[in-house]
Amino acid sequence: MLCTIFLMKTILFIEDESALQKTFSELLHQENYKMISALDGETGLKLAKTKKPDLILLDLILPKLHGFEVLKKLKEDEETKNIPVIVLTNLESINEVDRAVELGATTYLVKAQYSLEEILEKIKETLANH
Amino acid sequence: MLKKILKSLNFFEQCRRYNIPLWQCPQFLFLIMGILIIASAISAYVIGNRYINDPLMVAFIVLVFAALLFSIAFIIVRSFEGLAEANRMKSEFISVATHQLRSPLSILKWVIELLMSGKLGKIEEKQIEYFAILRENINKMKELISNLLTISRLEASKLPIKKKYFDIEKLIRDLITEYQSFTAASNVEIFFEAEKSLPQVYSDPLQLKLVIENLLDNAIRYIKRGGKIEIKVKRKNKHIYFSIKDNGVGIPKKDQKYIFRKFFRSENVLRYQTKGAGLGLYISKMILKGLGGKIGFKSKENEGSTFWFILPIKS
Repeated sequence: MLCTIFLMKTILFIEDESALQKTFSELLHQENYKMISALDGETGLKLAKTKKPDLILLDLILPKLHGFEVLKKLKEDEETKNIPVIVLTNLESINEVDRAVELGATTYLVKAQYSLEEILEKIKETLANH
Repeated sequence: MLKKILKSLNFFEQCRRYNIPLWQCPQFLFLIMGILIIASAISAYVIGNRYINDPLMVAFIVLVFAALLFSIAFIIVRSFEGLAEANRMKSEFISVATHQLRSPLSILKWVIELLMSGKLGKIEEKQIEYFAILRENINKMKELISNLLTISRLEASKLPIKKKYFDIEKLIRDLITEYQSFTAASNVEIFFEAEKSLPQVYSDPLQLKLVIENLLDNAIRYIKRGGKIEIKVKRKNKHIYFSIKDNGVGIPKKDQKYIFRKFFRSENVLRYQTKGAGLGLYISKMILKGLGGKIGFKSKENEGSTFWFILPIKS
């Protein structure tokens, strides 16, 4: 008898808009992912350390701690530095993109330019490559 | 302290902050006014000296003259200052508002996508229709906001220009392919003719794509009953010459001089009911200006229009 251990991948979504948390929760659950929500930067950082997700979706404009600060701290910490981070924001200046990449983000997606399906594709791609 | 004084005297710096040309800038105008006043005061003195005996009278006339000119100058400059400040606030407002508007729009867009995907439960035919209306209007808003953002950046000269070598013929061919379903649905045929062995162009392909997209879009939209579009690209000395000709409704003569203005939409638009906010050509003109090129057109009502632009091969 083959024992198959079904491992559900966990995604941490750090975003202060509750409507987006709800939408992504629905979307990701239907795709058999487990999703954890964080509504501010500090909580996001804490949950990343305690829950060790397989992927982090990070907004930049966040209460308590700015997305860049979160990213920086994530990459400085041994326990979380290897978790891939996809930045998902509406800020689109080239400075922000450069900064995110410098700080170690895997991908930078501008919300206004992507459909849910496309973002899902990127998530699957990133998880497959890590 | 001296640095501060010099800084306030450097009106070129101040004027750039307002984003208006020098001749409209209050500080510069004030300087010109000052020079004019001194010149008039001196000439008034010289003339007065020749025709009036009493030197005190002359001095008095000169003073009155100068005071009058100075007050007029002050009033004019103040009004210009108001205009300049309003212009700056408008650009800043557009920039902030568009960023703030994008957040709820993204949410709306995604929620509708989720609803229409059927993942939240089966949806009826009629519901799909109305969701489609929501989606279409959200796209319209998204486009308008993008255009406004592009404009505010162009005006503040903050739109980054990323230049590289690219093949303009390929750019156009790819674009025509992208528009295939739209052209088929509009019953339009596109004929593309590129001069042989065009050199690689050193400019910003992304911004240029916006321009050509806009021109192609207009050409297709303003053709009413099946038609053809002819696109030509050739080399003219140190420039690339691009032209797009359509046999559409054309632009009435009285509207022609307003065509590149912000938010301008020709009367024909209402007659033929096309959508759009009237920003595309304004943006195209600004982009071409930023890349060192020029854009123009010729058009005849009911016969069609030909839009052209030239772009330096290496800028």
